[in-house]
Amino acid sequence: MTEFFSDFSTVLPRLISEGLSATVYSFLGGAVLMLIVAVLLGVAMHQGPKWLATLARIVVEIFRGTSLIVQLFWIFYVFPQLFAVDLGSLWSAIVALGLNYGAYGAEVVRGSLNAVPKGQWETTTALSMPWLTKMRRIIWPQAWALMLPGFNNLAVMLVKGTAAVGLVLLNDITFEANQARITNGVWAAFGAALLIYLVIALIVSTLFRWMERRAQHRLGLWVKAASTTKATAEAVA
Amino acid sequence: MSTDETTQASAAQQSEASPGIIFEGVVKRFGDHTVLNELNFHVGKGERVTLIGPSGSGKTTILRLLMTLEHLTGGYIYVDGEPLTHKKENGKRVELRAKQVAQTRKRIGMVFQQFNLFPNMSVMENIIEAPIHVLGKSKEEARGRAQQLLDQVGLGDRGDAHPTQLSGGQQQRVAIARALAMDPEIILLDEVTSALDPELVGDVLNVLRDLAATTDITMLIVTHEMQFAQDVSDRVLMFDGGKIIEDAKPDVMFSNPSNERTKEFLRAVL
Ligand SMILES: Nc1ncnc2c1ncn2[C@@H]1O[C@H](COP(=O)(O)OP(=O)(O)OP(=O)(O)O)[C@@H](O)[C@H]1O
Ligand SMILES: [Mg+2]
Repeated sequence: MTEFFSDFSTVLPRLISEGLSATVYSFLGGAVLMLIVAVLLGVAMHQGPKWLATLARIVVEIFRGTSLIVQLFWIFYVFPQLFAVDLGSLWSAIVALGLNYGAYGAEVVRGSLNAVPKGQWETTTALSMPWLTKMRRIIWPQAWALMLPGFNNLAVMLVKGTAAVGLVLLNDITFEANQARITNGVWAAFGAALLIYLVIALIVSTLFRWMERRAQHRLGLWVKAASTTKATAEAVA
Repeated sequence: MSTDETTQASAAQQSEASPGIIFEGVVKRFGDHTVLNELNFHVGKGERVTLIGPSGSGKTTILRLLMTLEHLTGGYIYVDGEPLTHKKENGKRVELRAKQVAQTRKRIGMVFQQFNLFPNMSVMENIIEAPIHVLGKSKEEARGRAQQLLDQVGLGDRGDAHPTQLSGGQQQRVAIARALAMDPEIILLDEVTSALDPELVGDVLNVLRDLAATTDITMLIVTHEMQFAQDVSDRVLMFDGGKIIEDAKPDVMFSNPSNERTKEFLRAVL
């Protein structure tokens, strides 16, 4: 047991100093690209003319329906040969993660736009709002609150998805843990990796829940909650 | 000529002289269900017209077509002489471009049964949003006008409130102020008190009575409040099955309708 702890305490700092940056960069880059891709494809599917909506749908199905690891290999190994674009390890990882999770995110965006009440859309027409004003000022703030739980989920999955980036030669947490296995044993190596992923995932989902509360607060949902509590209290009294 | 015909004739002349709204051969189908078939009618500028009729007779559809919330299957709608969504060109029916439609649509405002206030904004922000971003007004100008309108609807001190902090009747009065802030020439009111608790209906109707008395805005009203309809309307149109079966002044319509189905309908609702 003491051996485990001493191994663990050597492995943990090593994983953090050697592997954390590749994992965090892949995650942050992937998350930003995921958001961009999700918004573009999701809005195109919901708002675009038929041809654009169909095109976006096809892209979504391709990236959702094929393996992340195969996509990663395509971008890293096939693209340089096909198009003479060599993104290198980190950018290949970011692009593959962003596209793959962005395709799932597009469904979150489309579903949330769909869930904004019809009356809200119709009122923007009755007030003659141009498309951009309508989306930016009225629809998006409401849809955003609805899509945050979905994005929270995806972001946590993305944290775990970064474990694949070792395949394109990035020395991330998982890669380093696999190295440490040889010197410090499987328990310590993978125990430390597990802990690091868990902590990152907790940070990420806490951040998203905070954003969610803030978005709901701005929609006045807190007022509703407060008044239902009051109503319940009155009903009980 | 009976007095009845005279008043109807003069009403028609008046609306022909300055047609605020013209429906010409309007057809509306949902799938293969025809709701409006070759509907024709005029509303004069500044006229207050109430549409009555049984459920499903097409009243809401008419307002939604005017607000361009539904696609016009056939025929033409003119607002202030301008074609709204389709025009005749060399005998052909041509759909107008979205920009053109938007220009004409700006003359029209609508208040919905469900208020539809924007939940991401305060009362004041709800009202100034479109004047700033659609009409290009300055924030100060928009706020000044919004305050005036809030005073008018009896909510002068609630500008900073959030919509969920207001009663249904208050929310609906904000929605009326929001529509008026766009300075529409025509306002469409589709059962604006139907979602309200009975004790809140009066305040909303009073705001509308006041609006009718103090402005020359054209009003197209769908309501089940027959006393209100009688008080503010210049003319009442009775619909059944997507057709106008009676067109009369309110005192005639409500006391001495000529159509059997109108009599039946009014017996049921009065
Ligand atoms: N989106 C739609 N799709 C299919 N049918 C529709 C749609 N909207 C309305 N209809 C049909 O059109 C007809 C007219 O509806 P409309 O809402 O205009 O009636 P209304 O006179 O306003 O009735 P109510 O007094 O109940 O509000 C009805 O038969 C209705 O079922
Ligand atoms: Mg209706």
